[in-house]
Amino acid sequence: MVDAVRQMLNQIEISGQEGERDDSLLISTLTRLQQVPETPAKSAAAELKIPFEPAVAPPIGDILMERTGVTQAEIQLAADMQKKGDPRHMGEILVEQGAVRPADVVEALKIQQAARTQAALSDSTIRVDVGLLDKVMNLVGELVLARNQVLQFASRMKDTGFVAVSQRLNLITTELQEGVMKTRMQPIGNIWGQFPRTVRDVALGCGKEVGIEMEGKETELDKTIIEAIKDPLTHLVRNSVDQGIELPDDRVKGGKARSGRLILRAFHEGGQVNIEISDDGAGLDADRIRKKALERGVITTEQAAHMAEREVFNLIFLPGFSTAEKVTNVSGRGVGMDVVKTNVEKIGGTVDVQSTRGQGTTVRVKIPLTLAIIPALVVTCGGDRYAIPQVSLIELVRLKAEEVGKGIELVHGAPVYRLRGRLLPLVYLNRELKLAEKPSTSKDDGAVNIIVLQADGRQFGLVVDHINDTEEIVVKPLRKQLKTVKTFAGSSIMGDGKVALILDVLGLAQRASVITETRDRAVTGKAAETASAKEEKQTFLLFAGPGDSRMAIPLSTLARLEEFPANQVEMSGSQWVAQYRGQILPLIRLSVVLEERRNKLRSLEALPSVDSGPIQVLVLNHDGRTFGLVVERIVDIVEDRADVRTPATRPTVLYSVVIGDRVTEMLDIPTILRKASIPAARLKAVQTPPEVVN
Amino acid sequence: MAQTSQFCTFYLDKLLFGVELKGVQEVIRSLDMTKVPLAPEVVTGLINLRGQIVTAVDLRARLGLASRPAGALAMNVVVRSDDGAVSLLVDEIGDVVEVDENTFEPPPETLRCPVREMIPGVHKLDDRLMHVLDIEKACQMADVTTAATAAR
Repeated sequence: MVDAVRQMLNQIEISGQEGERDDSLLISTLTRLQQVPETPAKSAAAELKIPFEPAVAPPIGDILMERTGVTQAEIQLAADMQKKGDPRHMGEILVEQGAVRPADVVEALKIQQAARTQAALSDSTIRVDVGLLDKVMNLVGELVLARNQVLQFASRMKDTGFVAVSQRLNLITTELQEGVMKTRMQPIGNIWGQFPRTVRDVALGCGKEVGIEMEGKETELDKTIIEAIKDPLTHLVRNSVDQGIELPDDRVKGGKARSGRLILRAFHEGGQVNIEISDDGAGLDADRIRKKALERGVITTEQAAHMAEREVFNLIFLPGFSTAEKVTNVSGRGVGMDVVKTNVEKIGGTVDVQSTRGQGTTVRVKIPLTLAIIPALVVTCGGDRYAIPQVSLIELVRLKAEEVGKGIELVHGAPVYRLRGRLLPLVYLNRELKLAEKPSTSKDDGAVNIIVLQADGRQFGLVVDHINDTEEIVVKPLRKQLKTVKTFAGSSIMGDGKVALILDVLGLAQRASVITETRDRAVTGKAAETASAKEEKQTFLLFAGPGDSRMAIPLSTLARLEEFPANQVEMSGSQWVAQYRGQILPLIRLSVVLEERRNKLRSLEALPSVDSGPIQVLVLNHDGRTFGLVVERIVDIVEDRADVRTPATRPTVLYSVVIGDRVTEMLDIPTILRKASIPAARLKAVQTPPEVVN
Repeated sequence: MAQTSQFCTFYLDKLLFGVELKGVQEVIRSLDMTKVPLAPEVVTGLINLRGQIVTAVDLRARLGLASRPAGALAMNVVVRSDDGAVSLLVDEIGDVVEVDENTFEPPPETLRCPVREMIPGVHKLDDRLMHVLDIEKACQMADVTTAATAAR
């Protein structure tokens, strides 16, 4: 009916006056609706011999009219007969008149019954303020902790009566907790309810015929999550109708039914909720996505050739990517899928797309059941416990003491582990968090625990002292005093009442420079993966200079990478030096030679403090001279064409270049040498071949 | 009759401080604390206050006083700030005093700047001065401290 009203409005808009359409049916429906408040009791009672109840169930005549070809007049006739004293039911009269088949009447009665039950159900629910629910939930949390303490007491008590009471308390509390949790859960059907409308509107708008089917409406999710996924799901549904399903004529040509099918499925699986949105439309065109991605420079030709179909499909989630040929009011603007992905990831979920050419596309969204309680791996590091959300966890690796030596290798001080043939960068949690090293007592077994984590498409191994167990933890946000600490996502209270911090895997990865920025991932990651040796490419050593700026030198100038403990650095005049292979190696600090006034003042600064950890030094050979360049940290060795160059902004830099999607400054070694004003004579001395000294 | 207000008093490095009583949720003895690595140094850690996680702020550090001698246990004054409860760590708890506004005086000009904004003034008690502490300001991490610690 809303459709009819809308059509009318459209017509009025176009012609400026009421249309010619025959609105008699609509008008009669409207009139009847107006009468409903007085009639339902009467008609319901009359038709079904059910005791009087103020049900909102529609009269059977209406249901029949909607589902079968019965006309208003026929029903009116039957109703008139009833009024005149005909004791038969509406359905019976209609069947007798030959207007409907008996089966239809039975079905209509079922519908009516269902509507009535639903009406009765709605009477048994009440609305509760969410704030109140939260408060109740907090109180239950406190109760649980109090219960835990009582149980501890009870275990020491000999009074059997008390023990029995405390066990009862235990049971009730657990049930109460579950019950309160449930109050926050809502069936996903609540947000799906509006989808048929959305689908119809979009389908009408682009001249398609689409039927929507839903499975698992009753799947329950936490209220906050329901709210968070509403918009992404709506977008996905609109997208499927607008882009996935073909026009009716094309469908017929392709040997499919005229009307497309959109299927929404929701189900629980492994502590997560899966939501699938499938259409039986054209499917994604991998070649077209590849072409588009190439045009936009998202991937290189080489990458395109290597990419698996699945990877290609997932390109549609990149920002600004759209395969739609024309922009409609629904899609094709290139925003949307990336927003969907961001929003789903924000609540700890994942999005994945699968598609078969000509048969349809399925978008699968996996989201956690609730945000308030998450499964997490509890680890110990530096004597404190930390929780790692299980969503970012991939696997656990335990290296026995004898394997540690050859298992963990160093790429110039940066520890890596060969995980099935691939290098996995290792991050030591106690170093990142500046905690005490693993106490020597527990070093007996010497085993190393590596937790393989995934952050933003990159994997890294987190080394911790001890892995405790997995636990369901209640997430509590951190207060603003700690908002600046990016390595923690929140806190939680453990079973013994102590507070444990929840690690933010993304923040930790950023801190450890596993990933540099939230957005330069995927592309760089894949670039590094697929980069194979190519003649025109040069190899660069990437490192971080002062202020985390990205710098590079050609690998050919590099002699060695070294790491000096801070206490091995000595002063010679205002110059840092270190003993290196029996020689004196002058150390040039980048922070000093780079044109920054602030840093120049620091040039007379004393030796590096011991607690700042070892210093990273690039040992360079230039023009027959050997010297060390002190850098903040080594980033990577990359091969790149380095063809996007811009002139340098400071004298010590040759040019700026984009490597792996980040602007990188190519250092000018001769100028740096001049700036550092290392006397040539001393350099010559240093240059003496090692054999002679040794 | 001048208006009176009640203050919960406590000691920090032998100085007497007071916070408005209506902003105080409770006072508790030293609790188990979980340290937060990489946090600003004024944040001592997190405590579990009956199921609620409360940030503990070391008032000595916050006010730029010498740090508490080792082994001395701190008391928690749990106050309600805009952003939920915050526990202020103090040396010792004093009485609840009732002062009238006539005894209030703004801090002398010689008071150092960073502390100044947290102490809107002092009340002249009979025997000594009570520093009034602004709860919101004390719980708010000044940008300077956080920036400095974040940069470390």
